[in-house]
Amino acid sequence: MTKRIVAAGLLAMMASGAVAEPLKIGVVTTLSGPAGYLGADARDGMLLALEMGGGKLGGVEVEFVVEDDGLKPANGRQIAEKFMGDDGIKLLTGIIFSNVAGAVVPDILDNGGIYISPNAGPSTFAGEACHPNYFVVSWQNDALHEAAGAAAKELGYKTAVALAPNYQAGKDAIAGFKRMFGGEVTEIFTQLDQTDFASEMAQIRAAAPEVVFQFHPGGLGIAFLKQYQQAGFLGQIPMVLPEPSSDAVVLGAVKEAAIGVTATAHWNRDFDNAANAEFVAAWDAKYARPITYYASQGYDTARLIGSALAKTGGLEDMEAFRLAVKAADFESVRGDFAFGNNQHPIHDWYVLNIVDDGAGGAKAVTDRVILADHGDSYSAQCNM
Amino acid sequence: MILIVEQLLNGLQYGVMLFLLAAGLTLIFGIMGVINLAHGSLFMVGAYAGTYVAGVTGSFWLGLPAALLAAGMTGFVVEAVVIRRLYARDHLDQVLATFALILIANQGIVLVFGRQPVFTPLPEIFSGSVEVLPGLPYPIYRLFIIAVGLLVAVGLYLLINRTRVGMLVRAGATNRDMVRALGVDIRGLYTLVFGLGALLAGLAGYMIGPISSVQVGMGEQILLATFVVVVVGGVGSIKGAFVAGIGLGVVDTLLRAFLPGVLRGVMPPSDADAIGLGVASMGIYLLMALVLLVRPRGLFAAGA
Repeated sequence: MTKRIVAAGLLAMMASGAVAEPLKIGVVTTLSGPAGYLGADARDGMLLALEMGGGKLGGVEVEFVVEDDGLKPANGRQIAEKFMGDDGIKLLTGIIFSNVAGAVVPDILDNGGIYISPNAGPSTFAGEACHPNYFVVSWQNDALHEAAGAAAKELGYKTAVALAPNYQAGKDAIAGFKRMFGGEVTEIFTQLDQTDFASEMAQIRAAAPEVVFQFHPGGLGIAFLKQYQQAGFLGQIPMVLPEPSSDAVVLGAVKEAAIGVTATAHWNRDFDNAANAEFVAAWDAKYARPITYYASQGYDTARLIGSALAKTGGLEDMEAFRLAVKAADFESVRGDFAFGNNQHPIHDWYVLNIVDDGAGGAKAVTDRVILADHGDSYSAQCNM
Repeated sequence: MILIVEQLLNGLQYGVMLFLLAAGLTLIFGIMGVINLAHGSLFMVGAYAGTYVAGVTGSFWLGLPAALLAAGMTGFVVEAVVIRRLYARDHLDQVLATFALILIANQGIVLVFGRQPVFTPLPEIFSGSVEVLPGLPYPIYRLFIIAVGLLVAVGLYLLINRTRVGMLVRAGATNRDMVRALGVDIRGLYTLVFGLGALLAGLAGYMIGPISSVQVGMGEQILLATFVVVVVGGVGSIKGAFVAGIGLGVVDTLLRAFLPGVLRGVMPPSDADAIGLGVASMGIYLLMALVLLVRPRGLFAAGA
C-alpha cells in the first residue's frame, strides 16, 4: 500500500516534471530582407502576448522557437522538418508569405501537426484542399482586396487602374478587387523587385481613371506612394488601398504622401474594444516602433492558442486541442472573430481614412464597416 | 506623343542612375581587375547614411555630404582590408569575398537601422512638378537627378581626359602591368579608383532614396543591371558606361511601358501582359547578347 502511494507520488512528480518543461511552439517566419519587418512584427506580437501572460498562454508554460525562413520556401520547409523531427514540435505558426506557406504547410499537415497561420492565407488551402488541422487567423488573401473593391464601388467610381506585382498574390489581388468593384478596370502588372514606377505613372496619366487601386507590400508600396505624390496625382486621382499597401510602417515612411487616400483593413490601432486597448498600451510600452496589423495578427494567434490551451492544458489530446482552437473562444483585438467552415476567419472589414496626424505625419482613422461578417469566396468549395 | 516624351525622360533618369553606379564599377573592374559584387552595398551605405543625417538634421543638403563621406570611407576601408588581398587571386575568390561583404553589409544595416525601410525628406523646391511640355508635368526631383548625372558625366570626362590622374586611370585600364612597370604607385591609384567608385555609388544611393525606398538589399536590385551596363559599354570605359547606361535605361523603360500595349493589339490582354512583361525584363539582356555578338569586348572597350 505504502509502496503504491510512493509510486503514485513518484509518477505525479515525474508528470509535473514533464509539465514544467515549457510547451514548444514552432515559429517559421520571414525576418531578413526588405520584408523582414513583417515577420519581426508578427513574432513580437506573439511574444508580447506570452509576456503579458507571465510566460504562459492559457495557464500553460509556452516557449516560441523562432527561425527565419528568409522568404525562401525551401528554407521554411527545412526549418519545419527540424522543428517536427528533432524538437518533436506538433504546433507551428508564423509564416508570412504565401509561397513559403505553399511549401511548408502540406508537410506539417502530412506529419499530423497543427498549423495556425498568422498572415498568409493562400486560396490553394482555402477551398477544396481545406484541412482540419489548418487554421488561418489573419484573412484569406483575396478578402484583403475584395474590401478595397467594395470601398471603390461604394464611393461611386466607375473606372479604375489596378496595379500589382506580377506573381500569384498580385494576380489574386487584382482578381479580388475586380470581384467586388464591378466597374471597368485597366490592369497593370509590375515586377516584384521594382521600386521605380515612373513608367506606370505615365500609364496612369494616359488612362486617366476615376480611382487607382494598387497592391504593393512593404518597401514597394512606400516607393509607389511617394512617386504618386511626385507625379502630382495625389489629390487629383483618388486612391483606394488594400491593407498591405497602407500598414503603419508604410504610412510612417511616406508621411504626407498618403493623406487623403482611402484604405481598407480588418484591424486598426484605434479600434475601440478592451482587448485592443490592452494590446496597444502593452505594445507602446514595450516597443518604440509603430504597431502594424502583422503584430495584431501575431498577438491574436498567440491568444487563440492560449484560449485552446486553457481548455486542454496541453497538446496531449490533439483532437481536443483542434476543437478548442476551432471554437475561437478568445477576445480578438479586431472585435469580432469566428472561423468559417474552412477555418478561415469571418469578420468585418473597414474603411480607413488616412489623415494628417498633426505632427507632420499621416495616420489611419477607422471610418465605417464596408463588408460585415465577411468570410471568403472559397469556403463553399470546402466540405468540412 | 506626350506619353512617349514622358517615358523617354523616365528612361533617361533610370539611365543616369545606372551610369553613376556603372562608372565606378567599370573602373574597378577594368583597372583593378576585381569583380566587386559589393558595389551595391556601397550604394546602400550611402543611401542609409545620407538619409539618416537628413532625417536627424531635417536638411536634404546636409545628407548629401554625409552620404558621400560614408560611402567613400566605407569604400576606402573595404579596399584596404579586403579588396587589396584579392588583386592577385582569381575571380572566383573575388566573387566569394565580395558576396560575403554583401551579407555583412546587409546584416550590419539591419543591426544599426532595423529592418523597416527609411525615408528621405525632400526639400520643398523639389516636391512639385514642372510642365516640360504643354500637358506634361514632370517631377522636378527627377529632372534634378538627370541634371546631376549629366554634370557628373562631364566632370568625369574632364577628370579622365584632362588630368594627370585621369591619364594614369586610362593607362591602367589599357594595360595595368605596363603602368606598374613604369614605376607608378599602382596601389595609390587603386585606392583612388575604388574610393571614387564608392563615392559615385553613394551619390546614386542617396539620390534614389526619395524616389524609391531606402531598404536593406536595395543595392542588389540594381546591381545586375549595372553589370550589364559595364559589359555592354566595355570594361574600363567611362564613355561606354555613359552610352550603355543611358541606352539601356531608355530601352528598358520603353519596353516595359509600351510592349504590353503593342502586344495587346494582337493577343488577349492577360497573355499580352505576361509575354510583354517577360520580354521587357529580358530586353537589356537580349541587347547585351546582341552587342557581344557584334563587339565581343563591348562598345568602347579600353585597350581594344
